[in-house]
Amino acid sequence: MILDSKIPEGPLAEKWDKHKFNVKLVNPANKRKYDIIVVGTGLAGASAAATLGELGYNVKAFCFQDSPRRAHSIAAQGGINAAKNYQNDGDSIFRLFYDTIKGGDYRAREANVYRLAQVSVDIIDQCVAQGVPFAREYGGLLANRSFGGAQVSRTFYARGQTGQQLLLGAYSALNRQIAYGKVKMYPRTEMLDLVMVDGKARGIVVRNLITGKIESHSAHAVVLATGGYGNVFFLSTNAMGSNATAAWRAYKKGALFANPCFTQIHPTCIPVSGDYQSKLTLMSESLRNDGRVWVPKTVETAQRLRKGEITVNDIKEEDRDYYLERKYPAFGNLVPRDVASRNAKLVCDEGRGVGSSGLAVFLDFADAIKREGQPAIAAKYGNLFDMYQKITDENPYEKPMRIYPAVHYTMGGLWVDYNLMTNIPGLYATGECNFSDHGANRLGASALMQGLADGYFVIPYTIGDYLAQTPYAKIGTDHPAFKEAEQAVIDKNQQLLSINGNRTVDDFHKALGQIMWDYCGMARNAEGLQFAKQEIRKLREEFWRDVKVIGVNEELNITLEKANRVADFLELGELMVEDALQRNESCGGHFREEYQTPENEALRDDENFAYVAAWEFTGVGNEPVLHKEELKFENVKLTQRSYK
Amino acid sequence: MDLTLKVWRQKNRESAGAMVTYPVKGISPDMSFLEMLDVLNEDLLRNGQDPIAFDHDCREGICGMCSLYINGRPHGPERGTTTCQLHMRHFNDGDTITIEPWRAAAFPVHKDLVVDRSALDRIQQAGGYVSVNTGGVPDANAIPIPKTIADKAFDAATCIQCGACVAACKNASAMLFLSAKVSQLAMLPQGKVEAKTRVENMLAQHDVEGFGACSNTGACAAECPVGISLENIAILNREYLSAKATSEHVA
Amino acid sequence: MNWFTKTFSSTIGRKIIMSITGLFLCSFLVVHLVGNLTLFYQDGGEAFNIYSHFMANNPVIRTMEIVLVLGFLFHIYDAIVLTRRNKAARPVGYNNSRPEENSTWSSRNMGLLGTIILVFLLVHLWNFFVPARFGELEGVPDKDYLNLYSEVVLAFKNPIYVALYVISMVALAYHLIHGFQSAFQSLGLNHKKYTPFIQKFGYAFSVIICLGFALIPLYFFFFV
Repeated sequence: MILDSKIPEGPLAEKWDKHKFNVKLVNPANKRKYDIIVVGTGLAGASAAATLGELGYNVKAFCFQDSPRRAHSIAAQGGINAAKNYQNDGDSIFRLFYDTIKGGDYRAREANVYRLAQVSVDIIDQCVAQGVPFAREYGGLLANRSFGGAQVSRTFYARGQTGQQLLLGAYSALNRQIAYGKVKMYPRTEMLDLVMVDGKARGIVVRNLITGKIESHSAHAVVLATGGYGNVFFLSTNAMGSNATAAWRAYKKGALFANPCFTQIHPTCIPVSGDYQSKLTLMSESLRNDGRVWVPKTVETAQRLRKGEITVNDIKEEDRDYYLERKYPAFGNLVPRDVASRNAKLVCDEGRGVGSSGLAVFLDFADAIKREGQPAIAAKYGNLFDMYQKITDENPYEKPMRIYPAVHYTMGGLWVDYNLMTNIPGLYATGECNFSDHGANRLGASALMQGLADGYFVIPYTIGDYLAQTPYAKIGTDHPAFKEAEQAVIDKNQQLLSINGNRTVDDFHKALGQIMWDYCGMARNAEGLQFAKQEIRKLREEFWRDVKVIGVNEELNITLEKANRVADFLELGELMVEDALQRNESCGGHFREEYQTPENEALRDDENFAYVAAWEFTGVGNEPVLHKEELKFENVKLTQRSYK
Repeated sequence: MDLTLKVWRQKNRESAGAMVTYPVKGISPDMSFLEMLDVLNEDLLRNGQDPIAFDHDCREGICGMCSLYINGRPHGPERGTTTCQLHMRHFNDGDTITIEPWRAAAFPVHKDLVVDRSALDRIQQAGGYVSVNTGGVPDANAIPIPKTIADKAFDAATCIQCGACVAACKNASAMLFLSAKVSQLAMLPQGKVEAKTRVENMLAQHDVEGFGACSNTGACAAECPVGISLENIAILNREYLSAKATSEHVA
Repeated sequence: MNWFTKTFSSTIGRKIIMSITGLFLCSFLVVHLVGNLTLFYQDGGEAFNIYSHFMANNPVIRTMEIVLVLGFLFHIYDAIVLTRRNKAARPVGYNNSRPEENSTWSSRNMGLLGTIILVFLLVHLWNFFVPARFGELEGVPDKDYLNLYSEVVLAFKNPIYVALYVISMVALAYHLIHGFQSAFQSLGLNHKKYTPFIQKFGYAFSVIICLGFALIPLYFFFFV
């Protein structure tokens, strides 16, 4: 298989405009003859469904939540980047492009990232036009703040809930199309398989989560906007329902899965408090604008603190190690996420961690409060401080926050070309579901940007190019391909329901999460990964022998829902490990302990690993086939990332 | 700590339901309320019993999916808190806790504690948007919006559509929700263009869905986990009255 | 339905009718109380009888009387329609509900309070309005007006009536404490500057008006 990224010819800055001109168009009167399925209604899905509906296509949109507005994009706190340069601080499309490529440790496609930076400015205009209440200055113009990995203020925000406000904008556009009848919405409906006819994606099989009914939907193209797979770790900042099933089942139908080992561990999350923990809560990265990260200078002080012999306020200024400021004077506390996370792990591994488990560092606002006053800090971060206090019962105005990294985002995903089409004709992947824009590490406030860029401004053009070459003829869901896929889904559910073993689904999920966190988390090595691979295989085998799923398919069955998702995680986890094993270098979120600089920074190997690793499914338990897409860098010079 | 839970169990939309009592033991005060239910569900499952179905997703207090009526109050005893952000330290060892679904004709029960809140989506489909297509919009800074207005619109926009206002209201009215949506867009210049049709159509849909009328008890705002203010309802009333008086829709 | 009937049969439309009629009835209370203060004149009821004669015969008042009746009818009719709608909006109630944590008792019991007031109103009309209007009263010697005053004295020697009147005035007070400020909210008149004043004024208004009315039966029972 040859991976054709379909990157247009020509200078970087002209590629997208040229491509837009060159793509084939579907005449307005013919658009209504095409049906498009959009799975997932987060920023990428809702924006795509709404825009495609506006263009005149017949759209069917699906989400497993009870309303499209609850998709997990809603939880994004900090902001959305755009190269508006409203602050006159030297920002430009090229700078946003450059920061994103560099932040991603040179493992993303130049052309995709440049396009992302280009359309970023349109996103802000679009959202404002929809009535998204971004933060504003007293003069009535939009406010910006700075974020990790950038030296300009280009992040637009809506207090600590930018994700919700942007999603409500996309959701309102979606609602408008639903009201017009151009989008038919299917909430509480989960995609369980992709249907292919003649090698092309032509529909999906879904389960109605209320009645359990297995149904098929046919279309001319399918867009997966189903988010990331961070929940493979069990504990993550993802929502409880976030899952990889749609993408994974597409993978099993032949779509390539790219860079699965690239996961982002977010540095500022509330530490785990006990083994009952069901999820982790993120504290926005924007906190690092004013919070200072530190741990005690010595192991001994840290130990006394953990034992409760001293309190945090007893530790004198000179006994504190503001390790990010010390090691990275240029960026200080605003280093990219992977760097911040790895350093937190380093100091905790040294025994200088805080909190009862020793797996936490301080994020201290005392200086900022002294400098700006408590009201100013409360105005900026009040809701985050409240959330912290609710969860931990500690007041961050008086005591520094305790934070620890947690799985947050997955840069890997379905392989797509420049048109966001997977290697399966007619199957598209947008937003976090694809792999394309963030390389080995995503910068803060870029996920929202990518989701909306894909949905509002990219796929509406590129999908037309494909549809213009697709006959109008519809395929009925009585086609044997649909019946076959439905039967496979029914059989799988029946199999899960008939095992009637002893271990619960959550039990397996937690066990998998532990393996992934220990061996495929913030730091990896070949030996651990080999071990993890065997462990996952054992666990998966045990799952299919001993999992306990009760009830029937024909009802709201929460255990069956979870079992389906965890079954897929148990396969995906192995692929992540496989991918981490083959990538004998460190880059971004992928840190192989064997490959580091003397200063413990990630050591890339551009000679041998400047490629996208795209994996082809060959059967569960079989070795997947690796396809490589070489990454060419013509506009940026590959350098060792330095935030010093 | 050890607790006694009285939980509404209902097989599906058609069946009758009842309160069922479950003891739970060894609950940590640092657990969230939903984690406490996870513990119970794992126990039920191990004993071959059907776990309790309840809605939840982000568990960060923003998606609005969680929806439990705990000890007689939506989202439980803590003000300004969603169920997922409610922690067990607010309860005492030996407590009996009742857990019921949101109750409203417009929110039929799917199963146990899971209700159908699609009525809230339909209210928004009736007009909770600015009619702009993607692309071709003015520059984001073309229309300055006074910060005070932007902040106020934002306050309204924080609604997470959880439905606690309906659950709290003795009339099962969705006015607080509706008013947040209407007033956010009515305040912003972008939303003003179609403010009249919006409020007319959204209220009509609210009434069709079978929600009750507002009698200004203020229970909704008191129980709202994100603090949507009653002022929005006044704005809604004002918008509605002036729209009806001046719009040219005679039908 | 045309736009007009649609507007006033919507949930907000009906609340607007409730609030306008409610505020109108509040104004009636003021007029009624001011007139009734003549009962406290130590003149054997002369002032009161002249006043009641005026009220029964002045054409403007007689016209307003019709408006007043309509005000009551609309207020009551909409209250019934809304209450039925609101009850239907929650067919299955909660096993455990603690509304006292989030709202005042009076705000939740406007229907009950209103019903008490309605019962009172009927008794009250039967006591005074019907005899005054339909001529069962004696005339006052040498005057061209009737002696309603003696009817008042008679009625308020009955402890059952006195108790009913006082209790009803308490109910009215609670009804107004919620209703007065609620009417402004329903009309959309909520403003940072004025709402706190409206709320305080409403409270004082409710207490003073109802206290004024309640003093009348007590005064006659104990002091006349």
